[in-house]
Amino acid sequence: MSKSIQSIERAAAVLRLLARGPGRLGVVELAGALGLPKGTVHGILRTLTGVGFVEQDRGSGKYQLGAALLHLGTSFLDVNELRSRAINWADALASRSGEAVRIGTLLEGRALVVHHVFRPDDSLQTVEIGQLLPAHACALGKVLLAYDRAAATALGRDLERYTQRTLTTAAGLGPALAQVRERGWAADVEEMTVGVAGVAAAIRGHGGLVVGSIGISGAVDRLCDAGGTPRAGLVGQVQDAARAVSRELGHRW
Amino acid sequence: MPVTDYYVLAIDQGTTSTRCILFDHLGRLVSVAQREHHQHYPHPGWVEHDATEIWRNVRRLVPQALAQAGADAGQVAAIGIANQRETTVLWDRRTGVPVGRAVVWQDTRTDALIEELAADGGHDRFIDRCGLPLATYFAGPRIRWLLDATPGLRARAERGEVLFGTMETWLIWNLTGGPDGGTHVTDVTNASRTMLMDIATLEWSDELLDGIGVPRAVLPEIRSSAEVYGKASAVLPGVPIAAALGDQQAALFGQTCFAPGEAKCTYGTGSFLLLNTGPEIVRSSHGLLTTVGYKIGDDAPVYALEGAIAITGSLVQWFRDNLGLINSAAEIETLALSVADNGGVFIVPAFSGLFAPHWRSEARGIIVGLTSYVTKGHLARAVLEATGWQTREVVDAMNADSGIALTTLRVDGGMTADNLLMQFVADVLDVPVVRPMALETVSLGAAYAAGLAVGYWPDLEGLRRNWHRAGQWLPRMDPDLRAAEYESWQRAVERTFGWHRIGR
Repeated sequence: MSKSIQSIERAAAVLRLLARGPGRLGVVELAGALGLPKGTVHGILRTLTGVGFVEQDRGSGKYQLGAALLHLGTSFLDVNELRSRAINWADALASRSGEAVRIGTLLEGRALVVHHVFRPDDSLQTVEIGQLLPAHACALGKVLLAYDRAAATALGRDLERYTQRTLTTAAGLGPALAQVRERGWAADVEEMTVGVAGVAAAIRGHGGLVVGSIGISGAVDRLCDAGGTPRAGLVGQVQDAARAVSRELGHRW
Repeated sequence: MPVTDYYVLAIDQGTTSTRCILFDHLGRLVSVAQREHHQHYPHPGWVEHDATEIWRNVRRLVPQALAQAGADAGQVAAIGIANQRETTVLWDRRTGVPVGRAVVWQDTRTDALIEELAADGGHDRFIDRCGLPLATYFAGPRIRWLLDATPGLRARAERGEVLFGTMETWLIWNLTGGPDGGTHVTDVTNASRTMLMDIATLEWSDELLDGIGVPRAVLPEIRSSAEVYGKASAVLPGVPIAAALGDQQAALFGQTCFAPGEAKCTYGTGSFLLLNTGPEIVRSSHGLLTTVGYKIGDDAPVYALEGAIAITGSLVQWFRDNLGLINSAAEIETLALSVADNGGVFIVPAFSGLFAPHWRSEARGIIVGLTSYVTKGHLARAVLEATGWQTREVVDAMNADSGIALTTLRVDGGMTADNLLMQFVADVLDVPVVRPMALETVSLGAAYAAGLAVGYWPDLEGLRRNWHRAGQWLPRMDPDLRAAEYESWQRAVERTFGWHRIGR
């Protein structure tokens, strides 16, 4: 076994002390209990506060366990928070690419549309926020499945068919998701709707955790070249937008 | 270099933060740098900013915005400024140091002074001249208050040792050299919020200066909204400072509401609905303000009717910070969606009185309809609905004053990310609500005006072509329910009246 990381052990000890509760603890009390310098404990608390595992009381300045710990494993980032942080970059992507933009998160194995920007041609379109898309058949969903093995496995062996090109087996989807992880973006070319293609990339939060996906979708002849491959320029724009939103959410490369 | 290698820099000096944004030739956002500044609340009803902190933030943010875009100073064609309006700062002309903190637009310390001024001729005594009723909202009475409250200051002001500005004036003066020959100017839109400018001649009015008690020597020169005021000596040396607009007028411009009858509502800390009325000065009989929309160089001014709502986004912030029921403003939507309706609860956020269309400075906020059934989810609904109903009241007033019913509402600002709220606004207005692709319309408006002034963009038609619809919400509320809920809201509003007793 490789050497354990001391600062993570110390952070765990801080969390254990705070979990003993019920009261809040100050830096001095925590440092005393752990036999560590105040500055070290303060640094650990600041980091834990940054990721939401610890909260500081405004009045007393003392610390307690944060709300994010209670929701570990469920929703890491509120979807409405995600929309509000991503909205400028989603607009910019729609404006640059000329295509409709969606942001998705995973909900019970499907891709929930949490934000939708119209294609900027002023044609009649309706807001699709709240729609659930089949994750295996769209780029938005494939990105989410690629970074969530449990969700991908839970889909089962046989997947619903939408077009001739839908990947309908786990055996077919697996390599496609591996490819997404390898190149950092996903595509669907007429896999959900005939004539429509999509390109998406991952939105990452603190520590690199994937919290959503952002992508464009539109007519296959606009998004893809004659050979049916997504145009490199558009893929780059989608990846730029994903990086910008990730930066907004505090992800550092 | 081709025009596509150049950018326009917008400085959006807002109530809670300052942002520097670079836009490209298609009006697309290229980079954003933002920093919040401290809010000081020394007494109930008082709100102050440190103007020095704000200027320091601008100096830090501009290089950040450039670095993010990988651009250098030579690629900035012009600087445009949009600013929180009516926030008042006085400073020493010689040292550049503010004589105290800036008094923010939400600050109600002038309430007794306003009553004193209104005792002689009523709250509307200056409305024909400046388009505004006497209210704590506007800048002119704040100057008077500061001169009265600070020993010796009035004498210094009369000797020309003290300068007044709203935030654009403060920033332009500092950008152009500060104590070393800084340019002391304001634009017509900001000047139209002081109560000191004649709305028809667009000049400082002796009648208003005498009536309110402000010496002419403190005032900046009034200029158009889009012209080169000077070149920056600090931060971006040599780059022309080519536009200044109050933030709400900037948003009207950024939404390309260039034709009479076009209107927008910006949802932020407060919310502001502005309707372009063209060259015509429309007088309101329903509590709206007559204001200057914009003036491009030597062109004729374009006027606007404005419905100002004091508390919208800040009610969500209060819900987050003071009640602690949510961790971030966006979570209000998640909490509100945990229930199907408001459970009978209405919240009227008259925290420092009510603005349009009521103008009741003595009103204070209430939560009504509480029963043992009510949960925090219902309160979250009521928080969002308060913004919808306040919009409805202002739209009703605007329809009555202009004689034309609004057919579409263009929206922008941070709260438009709230999908539930936007649907509710469409529901209660019974018209489509449309969000443009560039949500940062305040900054965009300042950039557009600056770009026009230096020829980066040729004309208004070119700017219009940059506007695209990014989202649209259609009304789908049952008309009977809408009518019943509106009636309840109006009864709730009546219950806020007369609560605060001035001077106690």
